[in-house]
Amino acid sequence: MNNKVFDYLLLLGDSSMILGHRLSELCGHGPNLETDIALTNISLDLFGQVRNYFQYAAKLKGEEITEDKIAFLRYPNEYRNVLLVEQPNTDFAYIIARQFLFDAYHLPLMEALSNSQDETIAAVAHKSIKEVRYHHRFSSEWMKRLGDGTEESHQRMQDAVDYLWPYVGELFEETPLEAEMKEQGIGADLAALKKQYHENVKAVMEEASMQIPETPFSHSGGKKGIHSEHMGFILADLQYMQRAYPDMSW
Amino acid sequence: MTVTTNKVVDIIRQVSDPEIPVLSVMDMGIVRDIKVDRDQVHVKITPTYSGCPAMDMIAVEIKAALQEEGYESTVELVLSPAWTTDWITENGRQKLEEYGIAAPLEESADKLALMGEERIVTCTNCGSKNTKMVSQFGSTACKALFRCNDCLEPFDYFKCLK
Ligand SMILES: [Zn+2]
Repeated sequence: MNNKVFDYLLLLGDSSMILGHRLSELCGHGPNLETDIALTNISLDLFGQVRNYFQYAAKLKGEEITEDKIAFLRYPNEYRNVLLVEQPNTDFAYIIARQFLFDAYHLPLMEALSNSQDETIAAVAHKSIKEVRYHHRFSSEWMKRLGDGTEESHQRMQDAVDYLWPYVGELFEETPLEAEMKEQGIGADLAALKKQYHENVKAVMEEASMQIPETPFSHSGGKKGIHSEHMGFILADLQYMQRAYPDMSW
Repeated sequence: MTVTTNKVVDIIRQVSDPEIPVLSVMDMGIVRDIKVDRDQVHVKITPTYSGCPAMDMIAVEIKAALQEEGYESTVELVLSPAWTTDWITENGRQKLEEYGIAAPLEESADKLALMGEERIVTCTNCGSKNTKMVSQFGSTACKALFRCNDCLEPFDYFKCLK
């Protein structure tokens, strides 16, 4: 059982870690000071949550496993993050769309997990809710500001959502591991989250004067370890220090 | 040598939050439990935000402060129950304001303030209520950035977390 919980923690942690990494790439590159600070703050929150998951995972595994080993010393096909979060920082509209499409999922996920039968997962999720609520508010407001802004900002925001929308389906694709965790009362029920997700996205998009894309196509693979071409580059950056100087610490 | 809990509290009170140096970790409300077992001290601390980079440093500083007085200690990080701004002591709130950081309001007022709907966060510089939120994310995870419309000074606001 512990092995299953270990895998579930990696599934949860990996999406937050890769999104946190994407946002960290923006440190010093945000479109203005306030958004730069906001995006890196969100990144920091996500890394904090990841540390909580991975520290617990390391404890379950015992042996020589540490949070750093889990974070930095896996091969690309061993990461379980959704494809959405590895998409690049194309421009500010893409950054906001990716963030909003993730936050709208992350918030109800944390709310559901705060009732987990696993005490530690419940505590981590409970702690995260408060932070994710701020993330969701930030990304929703920017969706509205840009979507309902000028013709140019509207078009660019819509283009970003159109491009990223096919990555939404994977968020709710239940893997056998997630099904088992749900049955054990440890994991979240993705079908229940999906309804909440689409209601929230619809409300924000309407207020932002934007259209929900009608693409039936959906990318998937991340949760099974099959990643997009971006993942190798992300890991090359992320893992450099640990690969070059094994077991180094700050 | 046996130490009393009160003595331990006095020692830990000397440790400050590295990001808000005027505030002791006791005033921040992040020290959740102190147990004394003969000459061994067990301290439990909880983070303000999950990603608070100060936690490791705070743990090290608590251990160092106790060691300086001759006590061995363990510092454990606990996540539950989650920290809330209600745990900042009255003394802590006062010190925050004096330092130039507006203390957290109650939750409903906080939401209005952060949505920019109500002018209720008082400028720490001139006391005016004519203030505006510039960014809900400030210089650290726990703060939002405000500006006073009267004296035009920017100031930090400690976000309410419940
Ligand atoms: Zn003022």
